[in-house]
Amino acid sequence: MAGAVGLPSGTDRPVKTAAPRLALNAIRRTYGAVAALDGASLCVRAGEVHALLGENGAGKSTLMRIAFGLERPDAGTFAIDGTIVSFRTPRDAMARGIGMVQQHFALVNAMTVAENVALGGNGPLDFAATRRRIARISDASGLTLDPDARVHALPIGAQQRLEIVKALSRNATTLILDEPTAVLSPREAQELLAWARRFADDGGTIVLIAHKLQEVLGVADRITVLRSGRTVLDTAARDTTEEMLADAMLGASAASDVLTTRHATRTQASNAGAKDVITLTRVCLTDGRGISRLTDATCVVRAGEIVGVAAVEGAGQRELLRIIAGRLTPTSGSVDLPADVGFVPEDRHRDGVVLDATLTENAALRGAATRSGVMPWRVLRATTASLMREHDVRADSENAAMRTLSGGNQQKFVLGRELANAPTALVVENPTRGLDIRATADVHAALRAARDAGTAVLVYSSDLDEVLALADRIIVVAGGLVTAVPLDREAVGRATLAGGAA
Amino acid sequence: MLEPLLAGVLALLLLAILLGASGYAVGDALTALWRGAFGSWSVIASGTLVRATPLLFAGLAVAIAFRAGILNIGAEGQLLMGACAATAVGVSLPATMGATGLALALAAGVVGGGAWAVIPAMLRLRFGVLEVISTIMLNVVALNVTGLLVRGPLQEPTHTFPQSSLIDPALRLPHLITGSRLHAGVVLALITAIGLAWYLRATAPGYRLRMTGANPDAAASAGRIDVGSVTLAAFIASGALAGMAGAVEVTGVTYALYENLSPGYGYTAIAVALLARLNPGSAIGAAAVFGALEAGASAMQRDAHVPAGMVGVVEASVILVLLASEWVGARMTARGDLFWGGTPREHHEPSRATS
Repeated sequence: MAGAVGLPSGTDRPVKTAAPRLALNAIRRTYGAVAALDGASLCVRAGEVHALLGENGAGKSTLMRIAFGLERPDAGTFAIDGTIVSFRTPRDAMARGIGMVQQHFALVNAMTVAENVALGGNGPLDFAATRRRIARISDASGLTLDPDARVHALPIGAQQRLEIVKALSRNATTLILDEPTAVLSPREAQELLAWARRFADDGGTIVLIAHKLQEVLGVADRITVLRSGRTVLDTAARDTTEEMLADAMLGASAASDVLTTRHATRTQASNAGAKDVITLTRVCLTDGRGISRLTDATCVVRAGEIVGVAAVEGAGQRELLRIIAGRLTPTSGSVDLPADVGFVPEDRHRDGVVLDATLTENAALRGAATRSGVMPWRVLRATTASLMREHDVRADSENAAMRTLSGGNQQKFVLGRELANAPTALVVENPTRGLDIRATADVHAALRAARDAGTAVLVYSSDLDEVLALADRIIVVAGGLVTAVPLDREAVGRATLAGGAA
Repeated sequence: MLEPLLAGVLALLLLAILLGASGYAVGDALTALWRGAFGSWSVIASGTLVRATPLLFAGLAVAIAFRAGILNIGAEGQLLMGACAATAVGVSLPATMGATGLALALAAGVVGGGAWAVIPAMLRLRFGVLEVISTIMLNVVALNVTGLLVRGPLQEPTHTFPQSSLIDPALRLPHLITGSRLHAGVVLALITAIGLAWYLRATAPGYRLRMTGANPDAAASAGRIDVGSVTLAAFIASGALAGMAGAVEVTGVTYALYENLSPGYGYTAIAVALLARLNPGSAIGAAAVFGALEAGASAMQRDAHVPAGMVGVVEASVILVLLASEWVGARMTARGDLFWGGTPREHHEPSRATS
């Protein structure tokens, strides 16, 4: 089907004229004494993929929340197609053809795809018409969805497609995607970016908030970089490089450190003689619904090495990590673990921290099960303060609520807590998901330091490059089977796809 | 301490409006209410504090459950079962046992309430039954069990009235002031509240309970806490505290078991706990406020012929207003509005109270 992909028929095709599609100029937005945006500008033309880059806290999301009517600027102007606008609510933004897919999806899990699309629409509910509209948008855009599937049964990539389809069904011609690839597997991320490219080639407009520089350079036409609430770079993608972008995001001096740690060489030689810390022998796991998640998994992690786990989503790695971390008991097989294994789970808000508790109370979770008598709060506050210093956790004090910390600081805190008292083993799951490059570098450095101090480290990341950058050895989980694979990108990539999709 | 006070003022204001709208003499009614609650040292002791005592025990029961992530709406039923057990022991022990007998009766109340709470605990842990529903249902069961007992095994010897025989004076809670109804239960309640506040803040099991309530997933994963055991323990502790409310009521006020023993203390306790924001220490003030309202309501009914139910309406409205103001406040801060110096932050899912 030719024609505008995903664009509703009958809408005027955006024409490249002098007036840009979105023009945010000298935007200022303060919260109390803090200026989240302090003279940020963004100019997006129709038909382009425009990437918006910046560290966590640089103001990307705030700027886009203003563009989508979720927040109002204190100063500055916002024009759409050359006309100054002032949005009160997202409804105003949608009326002007702007849609936004936020990081945390706004879907009703118990409802079907069609019901979610119909939700928030005007007029009487007509599910037959909604179904037809979903089918039409799916056909035109290539975003396939079953209108009758319930959202909770959809994988995360499909939920994201649903968010996009929801926006398209409200005639959005401009889509703001807030870190859309953070939640996706590398393959899903590629597909999404390819879709974004096609959408823009057919006349739509994409604003892409992103972290990963290679990803951005591959897909974007133009790139705007924010630093501390200001626009510091606005350039065509073909005129820039990863180094230039990193310089702009971090300020020139900091950038080189971050990029070098990413390509740090492995200091450890082969440690085949080291002690086996974790041994799994023929471990099987059947989940609550009777589905086999792991079959005869056998693996060893030794002191002073980082074993990388590579896998596609749902291959059984989640269960493998939890068995090794001692958080899950296998159905059969033998597991030999040290008494205290540190564990950094991927969903830190759910499994890693108690958001409403203080940092000290969160630090005390380690070993909480075996503690008795009176809590030594004075001592715990002191150790928490030193944990914060050691791992550069930025917070008001050790009495601050966990909720007040940024994601990067929360993650550094969790990692620091699990690394306290030099654990013999550490299991880490997607340790840098949602973190900016500076926080990512800090996390990687901490993992390497733990390895060098003799900890047996097991790392899983859905980003294969991250696994390869960290690991001394790699095991692949595919279809519930665990195999050792040489440290070679292609071999690992192929192995993760073997054994059938789980 | 400011909040219970504010709630009290708000309640009076609402009550005045309601009374005026219903055509009662507002001044007379409020005067009666005030006299009934604070009019003299003797009504403070015999009215307000006597009613605040079971409210404090039951309020602590609700607070500790909510802190553990358990929505125990069953304090009323647990209170009744505590009263039944305390009565059963109290009327069957010889008067010569004195204080020991009293202690045994109170202990029986604790066991009775705690055991009654084991039922919803097991239903939730084994079968995932929501305790909100099971505890409400068990309140009805407990009320009817009480009715059965006072017409059967525990009925007074003449088999005339649906109530138990009186507990011997030697096995009753002693009065603190001669001539008043104020009994030693109020001291027990205060000690329990202070002890519970310390327990939650300072001890390892209290800390585990709070973490389990705030985020059971993180408690299990990061803390390796046995969430099921903590939940069961919190259910039992909650039931035991409510059972104590019932035991204190029969050994300190009624001296006998009958069906309408509790004018809904177990339900008002939810309001007490919420007003105290689930803090055992603040529950003291909250229980006093509701004790005063209840005592005042009886006086108002007696002296100004205003139905006591009117005060119930007001109590409930105050809780709704307080909850709504909290919710609005949370929303304003979440949106980053300049409200109470709100700072920008992400939208977070409210932590789920049940697993």
